[in-house]
Amino acid sequence: MESKIKFDLITPISYPGEGSAGATGSWRVFKPIIDREKCRKCLLCWLYCPEAAIRVSEENYPEIIYEYCKGCGICANECPVKAISMVEE
Amino acid sequence: MRLVLTGNYAAAYAAKAAKVEVVSAYPITPQTQVVEKLSEFIERGEMNARYIRVESEHSAMAACIGAAMAGARVFTATSAHGLIYMSEMLWWAAGARLPIVMGVITRAMAPPWSIWSDHCDLLSLRDIGWIIYFCENAQEVFDTIIQAYKVAENEEVLLPAMVGWDAFQTSHTAEPVDVLSPDEVSKYLPPRRPLPYVIDFERPFTHGSLCYPDRYMEFRYLMDLSMSKAKKAIVEADEEYGDLFGRKYGGVLEKYLCEDAEIAVVTMGVLSGDARYAVDILRKEGYKVGLVRLRVVRPFPSSELKKELKSKKLVCVIDRNISIGRGGILGTEIKALLKNSSANVVNVVAGIGGRDVSYEDIVNIVKRSLDLVEKGEVPEYMWYGIDKEYVVKAVGEYYEPPAL
Amino acid sequence: MYSTVVYKEIRWHGRGGQGAVTSAELFAAAAVRDGFYAVSIPFFGAERRGAHVVAFNRISDTRVYVRSSIKNPDFVVVLDSKLLGLEHDKKRIFSGLKKESVLVVNADKEVAESLGWRNVACVNATEIALKNRLVLAGIPLTNTAMLGALAKVFGEISLKSFEEAVKAKWSGRRAEVNLMALREGYSGVRWI
Repeated sequence: MESKIKFDLITPISYPGEGSAGATGSWRVFKPIIDREKCRKCLLCWLYCPEAAIRVSEENYPEIIYEYCKGCGICANECPVKAISMVEE
Repeated sequence: MRLVLTGNYAAAYAAKAAKVEVVSAYPITPQTQVVEKLSEFIERGEMNARYIRVESEHSAMAACIGAAMAGARVFTATSAHGLIYMSEMLWWAAGARLPIVMGVITRAMAPPWSIWSDHCDLLSLRDIGWIIYFCENAQEVFDTIIQAYKVAENEEVLLPAMVGWDAFQTSHTAEPVDVLSPDEVSKYLPPRRPLPYVIDFERPFTHGSLCYPDRYMEFRYLMDLSMSKAKKAIVEADEEYGDLFGRKYGGVLEKYLCEDAEIAVVTMGVLSGDARYAVDILRKEGYKVGLVRLRVVRPFPSSELKKELKSKKLVCVIDRNISIGRGGILGTEIKALLKNSSANVVNVVAGIGGRDVSYEDIVNIVKRSLDLVEKGEVPEYMWYGIDKEYVVKAVGEYYEPPAL
Repeated sequence: MYSTVVYKEIRWHGRGGQGAVTSAELFAAAAVRDGFYAVSIPFFGAERRGAHVVAFNRISDTRVYVRSSIKNPDFVVVLDSKLLGLEHDKKRIFSGLKKESVLVVNADKEVAESLGWRNVACVNATEIALKNRLVLAGIPLTNTAMLGALAKVFGEISLKSFEEAVKAKWSGRRAEVNLMALREGYSGVRWI
């Protein structure tokens, strides 16, 4: 029996999806740049990124997803070898 | 099958008959027997359910919420401090629209420490989106818990329900109870229909995420709308139950000798039994009295009460609760309903902390109330049975709120 | 009219752990087996093992709705004879008695006679309990013997229904000894 009540509209339910708040990369003022010469692939930046806007490349390097990165700078702050620099857009 | 059961055991038998699948509760006097009996049923394999042990009432309700979200039929029970400790989770259960049924064995709040009944614990949670039933005796506890599932799981309702009964006078008093088997009840209560938001590991979701002012209000509106629909569902559930099993309770209100009554006594819970008797005594003395027993507090039976009470000479609302600084909670609500009518409402606060309210007391309350109406001296509300000497000893004077 | 319902009221006095509440429950169960409406009401307080406790019954041919406490009992059953000798406890036992109220006491004839009440029935329930080794944590369980005594004095409920109620409550040896105590209380009770 089909119900006329939409259960996910009478109680607050949200399904996760990529970029549900839009391309938050446009909020950014400072842009993180990873220097692969210095990077030791420890992936602390990937772990700390609050937006999950860092992915891991096939060679195990972290890569910033600039479409969603808000430029908070946490990755640069956490990097133990200072391989990430924040550059004004 | 007729058994001699306490109100608490009747509740456990009802949960068993309703084929409850998950029980999670934390023991507290005077609720303990309910969950003791249920754990016994589950341990013996008489009930196909999981008992989730928890370290507090807050966690008990959290476990109930999880189980109900996963699609299970869920039961719990608590009292007083346990209920208040649980209160944050009660809001979550209501907002999540989960048809959980909970027994609330009403008990006075501390301090001073008390284990006896009044309704302050339950009524302090009247505004949170739970349906609230209140029972008079063990048989009604059994019947109402089953009816509560029918209402709570109704698609147009989908709200959790509390079923209240008084500490000791109902919870521990054993009386003959006609118990239905799970098979008999299944004719009335089908298995819970799994809902689309049943937890699905393949399609995870967040429940209760942030909601901005441009949308929050609609969620509360929808709860209010469903609560108003619950009234019809409650009446229908009671009717259908009566047709199948031979016992019904008048839906939201039970009335006794009201047809020609000029005076209405309004009560809730166990003291209604003595109130019936008091009505008889007053009738024999020539007073035209009837009894209106509130069976449901939320949704509030506004139109039904108004229709019944608006033309009475005296409406005597006996509240076994006190909203400190305002009066009896039911009396306050009923006065608001009747403000444009000719009815005189006398609100009497009685039976707090388990103080006995016998039929002699109720006869006395009605006569004294009538006297005040005739003298035109009706106060906002009154306390019944206060030891004035003690008050004077404590604070040096006695003035108000007035006490009968 | 609910108030036309005639009911009888029983008040049980015992010590915490002696089984007064259980007796009241068994009395209600037996009454219901014989077609009566009966309720058993325990009074709960901060009761400890050995403290003076009370429990109540109401019994009628038809349904009783009244649930307030019992003030003027028709029958008073005393499970512990020592309660009869202590002034404070005795006062509670005699409170609210009507002229025709019946006392059913765990006592010998001499003690029962010394109570100065006109309707007294007695049985030595302690002796029955000890004989049947019904003792728990130093307290003789006189409740089933006194239930038997009340069954005889009350007279309107069959002994068989009391036996059935006991068998439904316990099984095995516990049922056997309690049945023995019930029957001995029933046959041993004497009017003063």
